[in-house]
Amino acid sequence: MVDFVYLVPLFPLLGFISLMLVGRRLGEPAAGYLATAACGGAFASTVVTFFGIRGLEEEERQVTKTLFNWVIAGDFGVDVAFLVDPLSVAMMLFVTGIGTLIHLYSVGYMHGDPNFSKFFIYLNMFVFSMLILVLGDNLLLTFLGWEGVGACSYFLVSFWFTEEKNAMAGKKAFVTNRVGDWGFMVATFLAFATIGSIDYLTINGTAAQLSTPVLAALILLLFVGVMGKSAQFPLYLWLPDAMAGPTPVSALIHAATMVTSGVYLLTRVNGLIYEALLHAQWVTNIIAWVGVGTAFFAATIAIAQTDIKKVLAYSTVSQLGYMVLAVGSGVFVAAIFHMITHAFFKALLFLGSGSVIHGMDDDQDMRRYGGLRKLMPITSATFIIGWLAIAGVPPFAGFWSKDEILLSAWDLGGLNGKLLWFFGLITALMTAFYMSRQVFMTFYGDYRFGDPDADEVDEAWAAYLAHAQDAKLEAGTAADDAIEAHTKAVAALETAREAYVDAQIELSQAADEEATVAAQKVVDAKSTAVDKAEAAEEKAQAARDEAGAVAKAASQADADARSEASRRVEPAPGEQLTAGAASEFVPAAVKQRAEHHPHESNWQMTTPLVVLAVLSIFGGLLNLPFTSDLHFLEHWLEPSIVFEHKFAASGLTKWILAIVSIVAGGIGIMGAVMIYLKHNADPKKIEKPILLDAWGYDRAVSAFMGGPGAKMFEGIAWLDANIVDGMVNGTGSFVRGSGSAVRRLQSGLVRSYALGITLGSVALLAWFLVRVAA
Amino acid sequence: MILAQAQTIAAPSVDVSILLPMLFMAVGGLLILTMTSIKKDIPAWFITSWAVGSCGGAIISSIVLWNQLGNDGASSTVAGAVGFDGFSVFLTVVIASAVAMASLLAHPYLEREGLEGVELHVLLLLSGTGGIVMAFSNDLIVFFLGLETLSMAVYVLAAMHRRRIQSQEAGMKYFVLGAFSSTFLLYGIALIYGATGSTNLIEIQGFLANNLLVEDGLLLGGIALLIVGLAFKVGAAPFHSWTPDVYDGAPTPVVAYMASGVKAAGFAALLRILSSTFSSVVDDWVPAIEVIAALTLIIGSLSAIVQTNVKRMLAYSSISHAGFIMLGVLAASDRGTSAALFYLFTYAFLVSGTMAALTILGGKGDNDFSFESMQGLGRRKPILAFALMIFLFAQAGIPFTSGFVAKFGVIAAAVDSENYWVAIVAVFAAVVGAFLYLKVLVSMFLQEPQDNARDVEIPGSVGVVLATAVVVTLLFGIFPGLLDGFATDALVELTTGQ
Repeated sequence: MVDFVYLVPLFPLLGFISLMLVGRRLGEPAAGYLATAACGGAFASTVVTFFGIRGLEEEERQVTKTLFNWVIAGDFGVDVAFLVDPLSVAMMLFVTGIGTLIHLYSVGYMHGDPNFSKFFIYLNMFVFSMLILVLGDNLLLTFLGWEGVGACSYFLVSFWFTEEKNAMAGKKAFVTNRVGDWGFMVATFLAFATIGSIDYLTINGTAAQLSTPVLAALILLLFVGVMGKSAQFPLYLWLPDAMAGPTPVSALIHAATMVTSGVYLLTRVNGLIYEALLHAQWVTNIIAWVGVGTAFFAATIAIAQTDIKKVLAYSTVSQLGYMVLAVGSGVFVAAIFHMITHAFFKALLFLGSGSVIHGMDDDQDMRRYGGLRKLMPITSATFIIGWLAIAGVPPFAGFWSKDEILLSAWDLGGLNGKLLWFFGLITALMTAFYMSRQVFMTFYGDYRFGDPDADEVDEAWAAYLAHAQDAKLEAGTAADDAIEAHTKAVAALETAREAYVDAQIELSQAADEEATVAAQKVVDAKSTAVDKAEAAEEKAQAARDEAGAVAKAASQADADARSEASRRVEPAPGEQLTAGAASEFVPAAVKQRAEHHPHESNWQMTTPLVVLAVLSIFGGLLNLPFTSDLHFLEHWLEPSIVFEHKFAASGLTKWILAIVSIVAGGIGIMGAVMIYLKHNADPKKIEKPILLDAWGYDRAVSAFMGGPGAKMFEGIAWLDANIVDGMVNGTGSFVRGSGSAVRRLQSGLVRSYALGITLGSVALLAWFLVRVAA
Repeated sequence: MILAQAQTIAAPSVDVSILLPMLFMAVGGLLILTMTSIKKDIPAWFITSWAVGSCGGAIISSIVLWNQLGNDGASSTVAGAVGFDGFSVFLTVVIASAVAMASLLAHPYLEREGLEGVELHVLLLLSGTGGIVMAFSNDLIVFFLGLETLSMAVYVLAAMHRRRIQSQEAGMKYFVLGAFSSTFLLYGIALIYGATGSTNLIEIQGFLANNLLVEDGLLLGGIALLIVGLAFKVGAAPFHSWTPDVYDGAPTPVVAYMASGVKAAGFAALLRILSSTFSSVVDDWVPAIEVIAALTLIIGSLSAIVQTNVKRMLAYSSISHAGFIMLGVLAASDRGTSAALFYLFTYAFLVSGTMAALTILGGKGDNDFSFESMQGLGRRKPILAFALMIFLFAQAGIPFTSGFVAKFGVIAAAVDSENYWVAIVAVFAAVVGAFLYLKVLVSMFLQEPQDNARDVEIPGSVGVVLATAVVVTLLFGIFPGLLDGFATDALVELTTGQ
């Protein structure tokens, strides 16, 4: 039955090929179901393989299935072989199992996407690569899968995001992963040069004979690879960026499977690490401290994130840190245990967040969520289970596995072990806090999607003030105009009156009858003009008074608005944000949101949520600590781990540590309850901008990559960069004719090349001269 | 040619059978040139077939020679100036294959660009002859003769596209700089002659084995200048600056030949002269080659990243490949030599296949190599995209392609001879390189075709090159043993003093 292992990678491979050929024709949703079936087939074959392995005697449970021997050089060959053992089977079970669920979920999630079938091509391709990574019986085959999953991740993220915005993310992902891959490759060559073999069984078998420097170099170089793939400090940067991809991808690749492959790799070479634990503990201490440091660091960042997926991204980095800590403590069972439970609850949380995002019109800002519990019952119920699992609440899965890791750190003994434990504990507290925060902000409180958020309120106020000020200025101008009009009317009246007086004088001096009649007419006319001017003046005066009143009112309104704005108080924590007097001016987006009605997702999306929720509740059963009989996972993995780990801590210590960690989780949850549910304190005290900014580290690296880093990058091509320009510019201005080529030569380009050659020659000659002297 | 000269001047004994491969190429080229000048309307297909046939003759005679070698062992002819060993025969196959593939690519190219004529094919054959002479040369003078025969033809080839100004420019630049570097080379030969009293490689090696030079300044100076000239030919940093411009400007089929054939000939000389003849002074030249290799790897792989033009990017990537092959040279061991030979063989097919794809994609005018023009190729031309993907995988060194085995071989050889730090740099270059090819793949498979995307067709002869290259790349990637056996046997035997 172990032979069924051949089918495991074959199914997704066939799925990949057939989708390549007919995916477009199948269309939605058939292509998605085909891919799901391929992954489901792999899962079914894994289950059969599992029973096959179980049917064997314990010491025979490491089966190597060789496909063929790949002779690379005359004296060196690599078996293209699968190592089927409890470790790889355990890993395959959850890769294919969770993979199938996420495929199904994606059918619902990707509904309506123009590239629906293409998405599943990459998803199947990913599962295939991941299985090669897991099944490979040597470093090289694992590396093949390692690169394959990396490429799929890159493809799936850039699938949606090809624009310039992601160029920087791409560069960061590139640099960090290249550093990691470099470590992996050098380690492979080192194993080849020192051990003469790169398959895991030989490496683990000969670990005891390696000299300490070689051992340390091998482990640390592999660990560089792990830091890249499993997102450990300082190479974690690419992971939060990768979350820009579609949510199922985040769940499958960037939370449950691919990112754990570093931990898997270290577990595969546990023979090496065991040797280091015995003879070079500083090596394992580096691993443990990088792990706990990453866990702690990422947890602080998660506290202040406002994007629902960013919280989960940093949480993933943090949880991976736990697993690395377990490896550094030499307790591989704990690492794998947490890897499995984490895959359950983190996949659940990611898929849940995807369901929320889907329901909320693709808005990822948690500050706008709230009260979704009633609107999305299945999503919220399952998400809450995931939360309890990650927060370390017994009896949910995460509690057992995390507790085991904390215990293993403590068990290292000495101050070192206690410090590792302590930081792990504080991280657990923070984890409980930020996850509770997320749940409360999303599912509890009032539904406030239609309400403006703080930024939008500010925007509304600004618009309101601007509006009042505009009105004031306008009224002021109108009043000025009215005053001027009135002044003009007064002047006109004056003129009319003078003309009337003049006409009367003319009349009194009239000499004869005829002149009198004429003068009388003029006087009458002037009198009418005066009447008219008087009326006009009166009207202008009224207008002036009215405009003055309006201007005064506008000025008052503006002053009022200002004072309102200055009296604007920050709403008490938890109080609904409103724009108050400025309500009319909230941005249109808010109104749009107010009209949106959140909805529960379709069955393809909720079914996986329910299954994963069940697993998150009962996952702990895999390895309950109470009696040895209940250590199912530990017994299962025994054949794959070269040594048996026994905790030194007494039963009492274990109980105390467990209670302490429950208390720490409780404190974290209570803190979040106080702040985000009961609103007893202002969240701003906790959510520091520097945390939101990820301690500035990410930004600093980006700035470096964009600035000096990019310059350096291009500066290395300095010799060639000016040539690029020369080529492009030169072509346009090129004058046709026989002399042109010569002119080109005289432009200095060729001379600069020749200079390069000369300088190189001088350097070479100088070196050889040194040799002559020697 | 060589035959005639050699007979009139010194009348040494000449084993014509050994010279057959170069005779096929040279005579084939001259005959078709004569034929076309007598009869004007010889169809293009005939010319191409003739050129490919000449290469085929060279390859078949090489296979016969290889078997003869198995029976009789290595020997030399023309007064020890021409060395006949597995090394020379192996590289002859590489160079002749490179010429044949370039000819096949040139066939539709010339028609498309309106450049019909026999000249390109003839020049390719003559240049290939020079390359084979270099592979066979056992004497610095013969080696120089071969080098100049090879180079002269390539200068003209680079400028072959009469209507493309970049092509003219490329030819001119290449010529001026090539002549410049040749002077270094020639002076280096003179110094070596002065130091050892011979230009014959076996004699030089014997001399160095039996005498301890009190003053080795002349010799080392000579080696230094020799390295300059050869590093220029293979495009190694800091003597690489011509490569991007010339690759960019030269007709794409010619670039295929330059990257495969010319590179193979240049490394033939490096391997035979440095790794073998001067193996007694490795401590002197290996550190210099180490620095050159590291520089070449770093500049090649990092500069390639910032390119926005696929052809230019591949030019830099070919620089970085030269850096990898340098690892085989500086290993200065049998293992290194056979790893380098394996690399040269597989790379010749790899790069010819890549250039075959570019020949088609460049479109009329041979100048559209932007990443945008590759967009959506996976949908427009799935087979072409698939072939190109295989080549890019191989260039990136993905396992189960020949590129991986080749890279693995040279790095392992460098590690084996304890040149650790260069090996680490090489691994770095390998991982950086992988990104480049990913960029092209993203364009081809993830992005939508541009609205004005050209309709491309695969002409038959290009299809042959593509198919051959795919088969070779995958076959020797999955079963490296098939080729590795030959590469291991194809060692420089003559100069070991037998």
